Formats: sequence, C-alpha cells, structure tokens
Amino acid sequence: MNPIIVNKLAKSYEKVNALKGISFEVEDGELFGLIGPDGAGKTTLIRILASLLLPDTGKASLVGNDVVKDFHEIRKIVGYMPSRFSLYTDLTVQENLEFFAGVFGSTIEENYYLIKDIYHMLEPFKGRLAGKLSGGMKQKLALSCALIHKPKILLLDEPTTGVDAVSRKEFWAMLGKLKAEGITILVSTPYMDEASLCDRIALIDKGEILSVNTPKGIIALFPQKLYGISTPNSFSLLNHLRTLPICKDAFLFGQEIHVTTSNSNITCESLHDLLSNSGFTNSTVTLIEPTVEDCFMQLMGNNR
Amino acid sequence: MRAILFIIQKEFLQIFRNKTMLPIIFLLPIIQLLILANAATFEMKNINISVVDYDNSRISREVISHFDASTFFTIIPTEQSVEKALELVHSNRTDLVMVIPNGFEKDIDNSIAPKVQLLVNSINGMGASLAYAYSSSILMNFTKNIAIKKLNVNIQTPPTISTQTSYWYNPELKYSHFMVPGILVILVTIIGMFLTALNLVREKELGTIEQINVTPIKRYQFIIGKLVPFWIIAMFELAFGLLVGKLLFDIPINGSLTLLFSFAGVFLVLALGGGLLLSSISSSQQQVMFVAFFFMIVFVLMSGIFTSTESMPNWAQIFNRINPLYYFMKVIRMVLVKGANLSDIRESFISVSILAVTMLSFAIFRYKKTS
Repeated sequence: MNPIIVNKLAKSYEKVNALKGISFEVEDGELFGLIGPDGAGKTTLIRILASLLLPDTGKASLVGNDVVKDFHEIRKIVGYMPSRFSLYTDLTVQENLEFFAGVFGSTIEENYYLIKDIYHMLEPFKGRLAGKLSGGMKQKLALSCALIHKPKILLLDEPTTGVDAVSRKEFWAMLGKLKAEGITILVSTPYMDEASLCDRIALIDKGEILSVNTPKGIIALFPQKLYGISTPNSFSLLNHLRTLPICKDAFLFGQEIHVTTSNSNITCESLHDLLSNSGFTNSTVTLIEPTVEDCFMQLMGNNR
Repeated sequence: MRAILFIIQKEFLQIFRNKTMLPIIFLLPIIQLLILANAATFEMKNINISVVDYDNSRISREVISHFDASTFFTIIPTEQSVEKALELVHSNRTDLVMVIPNGFEKDIDNSIAPKVQLLVNSINGMGASLAYAYSSSILMNFTKNIAIKKLNVNIQTPPTISTQTSYWYNPELKYSHFMVPGILVILVTIIGMFLTALNLVREKELGTIEQINVTPIKRYQFIIGKLVPFWIIAMFELAFGLLVGKLLFDIPINGSLTLLFSFAGVFLVLALGGGLLLSSISSSQQQVMFVAFFFMIVFVLMSGIFTSTESMPNWAQIFNRINPLYYFMKVIRMVLVKGANLSDIRESFISVSILAVTMLSFAIFRYKKTS
C-alpha cells in the first residue's frame, strides 16, 4: 500500500471551496511535489494530512493510518514543517532541537545521522536564539526539528518561500539525501523551477488537481509546438500577438514570449515573417522545449 | 510524564529569558502593597467643615470650638450665608456645611430641643456617611453635656446603656491588616491567571502551536505542562507578598501557613485553569487581555475586598458562590487575622476544589489540537 493515499478529499471554508474532492497517491520513498499558485489549496491539503484540519468529505491515509481516526499514530510518523516559521524564537537552536526531541520521546543523539548534514551547518550557531537566525538557517533548523523523531513521512509546506537562491539549492539537495534514507516526502511550492527536482508532481489550482505525472511526463504531454520570441519591445509584441487569430496562447516568461498556435502549418520562419510585416523587425523566433510552467499555464487555461 | 517535564523546562527557559518577567515577579507585589495598602483607607481624616452661624451666641461658638478641637475636622471659613457655603461645597473646598439657626441658644435656655442643619457633600457616599457620623457624635456629646450642666449636676439622669466596644482579631482596627491580605489575593490571581492566559495565546499568535500540535503530546500533558510553571511562580509570589506584608506592615499571621498555602494551591489551579480556558477560546493576546480584565474587575469588586459580601443583595451572594476570589479573600483573612483552622474554612475549601476540578477539565476539553 502506498504511504500517502488521498481519496476525494474536499474542504471548504465559509465562502471558499479550498479543495474540491482531490485524489492522488504518493509512492514509497518518493519526493512528491505539490505545485500551484498561492490560494490553490496546497496548505489546506497539507494541514489535513498533518491531522491539524478535518476534511469535510473524502479520506486520506498515511502509512495506512486514517488522518481523522488514527491521528495519534499520524503524529508519531509524520514530520511537518509549516510554511510559517513556528519554532520558539526565544529559545536557542540547541534548546529547540532538544525540546522537540524530548516531546517526541527521542534524543538528538538517537537520530543524529538523519540531521547530521543539516545540523553541521547549524552547529556554529547552536547557542543563538532561533529568532535571530537568517531565513535559510531558520528553514534548516525547522527541517531538523521535523526530522528529529525519524518520521516515515515528511510534509513540507512551502519550505523555500522567502529563502535566497543558494539556500534553496542547499535545501533541495538535503531533501534528496533524506529521500535516499527512505523517507517519503510531500513538498508544496509555488516555484515551478523546483518542480523538475521532484520525482513526480501534482499541478494544483483552485482546489483541483490538473495533472499528476513525472516532470518529464507532464512536459511530454504538452499538446502543441512552443515558440520562443525574443524582442527588445516585448510588451507591445505580446499585445500584438494576442490579437492574431493564429495565436492560441502567449505569455511573457522573463525576457522571452512563449507562444503556441492553433495552426500546425506555422513554422519559425513564417512566424518571423508575420511579425516583421507587422513592424517587429528585430525579433528572433525559435522552437523551444516547454517547461513545467508552460504546461501549468496551458492546463490552467483549459481549466478556466 | 517525560513530555510534561520537557514542556515545563521549556516554559521556565522562556519565562526567565523574558526581561520583563523578573521585575513583574518582584517589583509588582512591593509596589502594589506599598501604594494600595497605604492609600486605600477608609479612615477619614481632615474633613473640611464650614459653619454658617446665624445665632452667633456663646453656645454656638462653643459648638464650633468642639469641631475645631477634633482631629477629624478642619474648619474652612465662610461668609454668613448658606448659599456662599454651598458654593464652597460646589467648588470642592469643603465637605460639610453646618448651619446653626438663629435662636439656637435661646432654644437651649428654654429647654426646647436645639436644631442644626448638616449639608453633606455626598459625591463619595462612603465618605459622606462617615463625615455625618463623626459630626453627629460630636453634637450628641455636646448636647448631653449641656443637658447635664443645665439640670443641676446632683440630679440623677435617667439610666442609659453604655457600650464598651472591644474589636476582636484586629484590636487596633488597623486597616492594613484587612487590606494587605486582600491585595495579596488580587496580586496572586493577576500574576497566575494573566501570565498563563497570555502565554498560551502567544503560542497561537506566533504559530508555534502548529508545531506542538503535530507532536504526540496529549492534551492533558500540554495543559499541565503549561500550568505548573505559572502555578509555582504564583505560589512563590504569595510567599514573597506575605514576607513583604510582614516586614512592611507587620500583618498578623495567626493561622497555619500550611493551611493557607494548600488552599492557595487549589485556588491557583482554578485561576490558572480559567486563564488557560480563556486563551484556548481566544485568538489574540488583545482579546485575552480584555476578557480577562473584564472578569477580573467583576470578581475583585464582588469578592469583598472593600465591602462586606454579607450586605450584598441576594443575587450577588449567589453569584459569589462561583467567584473564586470571594473564597480566597475570605479564607486568607480568616487564616491570617483570625487564625482559622481547617474546619473553619472547610466549606470554602470544598467549593474551590469543585470549581478547580471543573475548570481544569473544561480547559483540557476545550483545548483542541485539530481545527
């Protein structure tokens, strides 16, 4: 049986349908990404799995334990890291770790091998108050505290939000190591570039799952050709493209415009000529490989 | 059990790392006792009196001199007009106006009961009745002496009941003996209840409760772990407050301290449990502060710290059965001043124990780890 099973889970708050009956499964030892924009329902889902929130309908189980009925068991086998830093800011690094080890009936030494790498980076600051750590260090401490009781499943809610690029890389490297220890990891993130670091991802928007697949699989399912257009005047070109009947979707990705067309006869050259004729002379058009973000935009467009 | 110890250890670390905590624990009782026990007194001194003397006779001047001689009264000069004197009352320069009518001396000479009028400023009801009582007792004594003088000394006066008063338990009627124990009750409650209530809700505000809630800590373990540190601090506070009271005000400690502290221990479970319940239903420190403050004021004013609870209306006395401060106020005074033993305070002890158990189970029940 898969360690995480979510079956038709639904939850609504007063006016918002946060989750509209979603289902998916996470396999043993998988690093599973939950990718979606803010307000997609990621936090609601993770809080239900962490047994902090009761679902309206549907079922979910972690290693065979129902998240509603067997919450006592759940709390022993799950490591949870909320999106907001929730360790004691007025306790030191060392004291936080000791406290969480203590309440889980464990000690730092017992599972030291799990947190060794992370703790090594924290060691110079172990006498410092947690509130006085940098953002990246806080995330590392929070991860250590979530790991201190050697959980079978790790639930991470937007662990890299508000963390600098270097720390984000380090953090994902750590997740890779934990996966190697056999821990099943469910991580949510609004950053599409992190999707490719997961084994499988679920694209989630407005409380619904758009697609569950490997990052490669999701990209392979992208239905059209994708063109990338670079131009010094990207904003007016974007507006122009959207008025063209052959253009299906056009989005700005950094400096580049990603375009899909509904006409399969179009080539790079014909698109370039079309634009030159409209006065956008110094633009370059190339056929590009879609990214997860392109897939997401396309799926989100279909969903609306 | 180990989990509880870890929570207690964590709480103490946080409490003593908080820089405002030590001043609260040590300065608060000293300042409160010094200010309140000295300032909040019912003894009236320096009552300002203005006399409008329309009679202007030998006897009327004699009456005035009696007031002048009394330590309670200070005579504020006024013009010969009730209106002018009332203006003084209005501008708060005098508390009491005595009007001696024309013909006061003549009435006494003709053995007609003499009349004076007392106009009392009753903004402060308690002060007004005391001012009235003091001045009428001076007038009574005065007329009695006149009567005796007038009716030849040798003639037997009709027998009157004379009263010999002896004040038990507080022979000198020292106000501080009454007030200091009362203030200690408030102090211990504030420290215990507010600190616990604010502590739990702070974990909610900071989000740290999220991380606690996913641990296998049981509800009762968490509540007890939160309660014990503040219970210890509040008990220490009581001991410290008693010491300050003994050193500064020489309050009597006639009863058994063991009995007092056992009662306080149960009382604190009730007060702290109330604080925890309050914070488990609130979502911010602001909410907790306002609600706690509301209950505190009601409980304190009804507890009998200033006024006798027996003279309160019936509904108030019924309400007081669930007022924790009422019991503690009664017990601390009985034990310290009167030297009461267990059988004297048994009823209060039982009531507070029942309330404490109810409150604590309610607090544990109400605290939910899942929303």
